[in-house]
This record gives sequence, C-alpha cells and structure tokens, in this order.
Amino acid sequence: MTHSTAQNSGIPFWRDERILRILGQIAFMFALGILGYFIYANMMDGLRRQGMTLGFSFFTGIAGFDIGESLIEYSRESSYLRAFQVGLLNTALVSVVGIFLATILGVILGVARLSTNFLINRLAALYLEIIRNLALLVFLIFWYAAVFLKLPKVKEAIVWPGNILLTNRGLGIPWGIPTASFWTYAWVLAFGFFLAIGVALLLVQQGRRTGRSPLVTLWASLTFLAVAVIGWLVLPEPPLRLDLPYVKGLNLAGGKILSPEFMALTSGLVLYTAAFIGEVVRAGIMSVPKGQVEAARALGLSGFQSLRLVVFPQALRVIVPPLISQYLNLTKNSSLAVAIGYPDLFYVSSTIINQSGRAVEMISLVMLTYLSLSLLTSLFMNWYNQKIKLVER
Amino acid sequence: MTDLANALPPLAERPTLLGWMRKNLFDTWYNSLLSILAILFIYWAARGMLTWAFQVAKWQVIAVNLRLFIIGQYPIEQAWRLWVSMLLLAFLIGNSLGIWGRSRVLLVTLFLLPLALAVLPFSGQVRLWLASLSGMGGLGWLIGRSAGRALRQVVIAGWVIWMPIFILLIHGITPEGQGWMPTVASNLWGGLLLTLLLTIVGIVFSFPLGVLLALGRRSELPIIRWFSIGYIELVRGVPLVTILFMAQLMLPLFLPANVTIDRVLRAMVGITLFSAAYLAENVRGGLQAISKGQFEAAHALGLNSAQTMILIVLPQALRLVIPILVSQFIGLFKDTTLVSIVGLFDLLGIADTVLAQPEFLGLQREVYVFISVLYWVLSYAMSYASQRLEVSLGLGER
Repeated sequence: MTHSTAQNSGIPFWRDERILRILGQIAFMFALGILGYFIYANMMDGLRRQGMTLGFSFFTGIAGFDIGESLIEYSRESSYLRAFQVGLLNTALVSVVGIFLATILGVILGVARLSTNFLINRLAALYLEIIRNLALLVFLIFWYAAVFLKLPKVKEAIVWPGNILLTNRGLGIPWGIPTASFWTYAWVLAFGFFLAIGVALLLVQQGRRTGRSPLVTLWASLTFLAVAVIGWLVLPEPPLRLDLPYVKGLNLAGGKILSPEFMALTSGLVLYTAAFIGEVVRAGIMSVPKGQVEAARALGLSGFQSLRLVVFPQALRVIVPPLISQYLNLTKNSSLAVAIGYPDLFYVSSTIINQSGRAVEMISLVMLTYLSLSLLTSLFMNWYNQKIKLVER
Repeated sequence: MTDLANALPPLAERPTLLGWMRKNLFDTWYNSLLSILAILFIYWAARGMLTWAFQVAKWQVIAVNLRLFIIGQYPIEQAWRLWVSMLLLAFLIGNSLGIWGRSRVLLVTLFLLPLALAVLPFSGQVRLWLASLSGMGGLGWLIGRSAGRALRQVVIAGWVIWMPIFILLIHGITPEGQGWMPTVASNLWGGLLLTLLLTIVGIVFSFPLGVLLALGRRSELPIIRWFSIGYIELVRGVPLVTILFMAQLMLPLFLPANVTIDRVLRAMVGITLFSAAYLAENVRGGLQAISKGQFEAAHALGLNSAQTMILIVLPQALRLVIPILVSQFIGLFKDTTLVSIVGLFDLLGIADTVLAQPEFLGLQREVYVFISVLYWVLSYAMSYASQRLEVSLGLGER
C-alpha cells in the first residue's frame, strides 16, 4: 500500500518543493514575528522605565516653543498639532516654490545643453558636472552660512533695482497687500477664467467644423487677460496695494520679508535639482528620433509646429516619470532644512521630540507623512504612464 | 598620364579660429547675443572667483586644521594604524591593476595621487607616508604584473579581509590607554576618516542585503515578495535624515536595556538600511534584463533555482548594473554628510568645530569651499575611475 502513496507524491515531503515553499514562508513569518515582538517588548519596557506610554494625546498639549516663520497663526501657546501643521505647510511652501523654479531653470539648462552655441553648451555642461558631484548638504549650508548670512547688516542693506533689500536678516521684496475690493476682484478673475474656457471650447468646435486650427490658447489667454485688466481698472480701488520694504530700526519692515533660512534652502534646492532636471530634459528631447522632425517638416509643419505637435508630446513621455521623481527628491531633500534651521516638517518635529520626548510617535508620523506623499506620487505616475503609453496597432 | 592625375585636390576648408567662431558662436543674431553674454558672464565669474581665492580668502584656517579635517580628533600617536591600512589598500589596488588592469591612465593617476597630495602643507612625516603609499602601489603593481593570474585568488581574499583589518586597526585591540594598540573611542573618529568609513561600511553591508531584497521582490513566494516590496517602498519613500534619526533615537529603544550601541554604529545601521533599498531597486533592473532563456537553459542543465540564481543569473545581472551601482555608491558617499545632523563629526561635522575656534570665526566661505571641493574631487575621481573600470572590464561591449 505504501507503494501507491510513493507513486502519488513521488518524493518525500521534506524534499517536495511545494511543501518546502509553504514551510519556508511560515518560518520567515515566524522569524519576523519574533523579531517584531522582541523590538516591541524592548520598546515598551524602555518606555515604561522612562514613565511614558504610546499615544497621540500629547498632541493637544501646549508646544511652548517659537517658530521662526509660519503661514498660519502660531504662538508659543499653540498646541503641538498646530506646530506640526506649521511645519507641514512650510515644507509644502518650499517644495512648491522649489519645484516651480527648478523646472524653469532645469528646462533652460537642458535646452542650453543641446544648443549649437559652443559657449552656452559648454557652460551648461560645466554647471551640470559641478553640481552633480557636490554634496547637497554642504551646498545648502554654504548658501546659508557663506552667502545669505554674509550679506551686510540691516543698516547697510544693499538695495537692488525694484526696491529689493538684501540684508543678513533676510530679503525684503515689494509685496501686494489685499484691500477691501480683493475678494470682488477674485470673483472677477473666476469669471474671466470660465469665460476663457468657454471661448476655447467654441474655438475648438469651430476648428472641427471648418478644418482650420485656430489659435485656441492665444485667444483664451487674451480673453482672460482682458477681463483681468478691465476688472482692475473698473473697481473703485485696486485689489492689491503695493507695499515696499524698508529699514525700521534693526529690522526690516513692510513688503514681504524672506528669511535667510528660506532663501538658502530654496536656492540650494533649486540650483541642485535643476541640474538633474536639465539632464532629464536633455535625455527626453534627444530620445525623439531625428526622422520625426524631418517627417514633420516634410508634411509641411513649421519649425515651431513640429516642435509643439511632434517632438514635444513624444519627449514628454520620456521626461515626465523621471521629472516627477526629481520633484519627489526635492521634497524629501527639503528635510535637510533641519541643518540650517528652517522650520519645515522635519525640523519642527525634531523640536517637538526634544520638547515632549515622544520620539516614537513623532518619527512614525513624519515618516508616514513623507511616505504618503511618495505613494500618492507613484499612484499618479502609474496613472500617467497608463495614459500616455504608446498605443500600438 | 592624363591631366586628371595632376589635378589639384579640392580646396579643403582650412579650419581657422575665425571660421570656427563664426560657425559655433556667431551664426545667428541671437547666438551672437548669447555668446557675448556668456563671455561677459565667464569674465565676471572667473574674475570674482580668482580674486577671492587668491587675494581675499584666508586659507590658513585649512592649513592649520588639516589634520582635524582628515582624521578628526583621532590621537596623532595612533595615526600610524590608519597609514598602515592605507598602505595595504594601496598595495591591493596596485596589485589588482597589475593583474586585471588594461588602463595605464588609471594606474598613473593612482600612482601620482599621493605625491600630488604631498603638495598640501603636511609635515615631513606625513609626506614620507604619502611617498610610501605611492611606493606600495607601485610594488603591488609590479608583483601583480609578474605573477599574473596566479595571484588572483590571493588578491580577492585580500580585498575581502581588508575591511575587517581596516576597522580593527581604527578601533584597536588592547584596552583603552594601554598596550601597543589601544582602543580609540568612536567619538574621536572624525573628518574624512569617518566619512570614508561610513561609506565603505554602507557599501559592503548594503550590497548583500540589497541583493537579497531584489531577489525577494521577484520571488514567487507571496509573503517574501510582499515583505520586500513593503520594505523597499517604505525606505525609498522617506528622507535619509528621518532614518538616521530613527537609528539614533529609536534603535537604543528597540534593544534590551543592558545593550548599549555606539553612535557611529547606529549611523552605520541607518545608512546600510537606507542604501539597501535603493540597491535592491537597481539590482532588480539588472535581474529584469536577463532573458527567460537563461533560466530555462539552466533548468534544462539540471540546476535548481538557487544554483540558477547564483551561478547563472546574478553574475550577469550584477555585471549589467555595475555603472548604476557605482553612481549609487557615489551618492551614498555624498549622503554620509547627513550624519553631521545627528551629531557625528564627519567631514562636514568637523567644520563646525573648526569654525568655533576663536581665531577662525567668520571664515565659513573658506571652510565650506574647501569641503565642497574635497567632496567634488573624490566623487569625480570615483566616477572617472569607474568609467575606466567599465572600459577595462569590457562592459557594454558584448
């Protein structure tokens, strides 16, 4: 009878790969579970000896520390939660401003790298080569300690055209202050926006009917601009009042004051990331075969048209995924703000750790925040890749 | 003979400077404008930088603190241990080049590097050590050259045991303050020494971990696959500085109360865990590039899964990803600066110590420029060496 079972399985169970796989995974789970329990038990033990428990109830307690700059109302008496929000918003601010500027500079660099002009080409190449081998943190600290903090004192401020004040306490730039009619104007702008979309839709329809391609973008933007300008002129008072920065005692006042920390972080991140974006843009444009341009020209498209309708859509397919990951890098790198004292998410959280001793909760929270950001980004990437995937016939 | 035979060759366009400039700089009006702007910019930038570097900058701060930048607070009377490990390294490099190397340029560069460093204001003793580094490299090369392939196994073994020897020499054997090789506490390790140590440890330990994670991510076993995916995505989704903070603050919590763990070791753990996730993704790229036929052929030959991986797939996959791994390791080298945020005295951390000296207050520009240049030169040298290495390994030729 044993003969037939041997025929069924063929090999003993300890050499049967199907069973071994399951056993192996169970063993792996078991080891992982033991490790996890070991860590958890030690952590709870350690916390108990420090007289602490896990939990986020401390979040409503009073923070008791100052934050240098904030987009929302904040004071020492605010809660930890509020402090955390301030940090989150500051990270968002640096990321958005940084991404915007780095994209512009990166595209310029990428195009310059492809320029037929020898000097421009070499300059861009030199820039990329220099930046790519620099350590980002040293670069950031250099901008902070060796550039922005070395600007003259407030009394001897350097004045740039356009009433920009450069001092070691920050940069003062002219800024608009909303007046009473600001919100009315916002509604006017919204109206202009929808009108522009309407115009664009009409033009597209007309283009379909007649077979000619009208300049949709141009006319839509002109409509929007016209509404914006007319609105500005018609309203009894302008929606924004120009506020110039000036020296007041030992400090700057008026306008918008950009702190040295913000300036150093933003310029460092922008100049660093732009080099990598430049490479991405160059690779993207070079990935479009020359035959595509020649074919477009043969079809009678103008130089600009072939660029806009043929080269660009194809280059974008190559550019966007690495571009997004550069954006993500910039956002993650903004956590280096902690080294120069800009109150971003990470810096504020480390202050909270010092203040409340809640290392486990805060580090988990910070990691979770960055993680959800990058997961959202990769979701978007997957969606985009799906959308622009080559449709093969 | 016809006249044709004596006909003059067609007029070749003689390349003249003016012609070249017209073609490459001034072919259209906007290119001319750009060129002029670029020339003005180069003039302005070069003038500013040269004036600063040669007339304004006070480089004494670097000269005086050179030892601090290179080995931190490491006791000077124990520095011979570091030199010995460097001598071993020079010998190994020279020997490997003698056996495998095809590139003379790389050899000469490495040979001249220590001699070039001797230009810096070091003491006579240090210069002697530097010269012997060159000598050791040359000796290794000669031996490797003459012994040829016979020495291969020995050299590979030498590379494998070099790192433990290096760490042992840094750390010391006999108890602190006594014996012939007293232990040097890790809070005294600093400067470039610590930076390089963190980099080497990070590379060596993240490599096997990363390869395992890459294999795990492609595994057919769901639990192992999901664990690998989770780990890789978690680590890649957060900034390095949060992982370093976690290693500094939470690692001691995770261990039993009676186990204390050194701050340098904590940073090493953090860097290794971080780097492994990125390495796994790079290796995965290589694994995906191996065609299915290789697996099938290996199975047809009767190899089991593990043998197929180790003997057939991994060697090819790793070979494919060498260039990208090198650039990842260069990134790791630059990322070690972040340990200064958690309070270690690496090259960047030591800068604060130097700048706090009363006689060197306010010399941030000099110090940070020096550090940046050091990082730049080392990163550039690494990427250059790896390019030469790719050529002599014949990567991308097949």
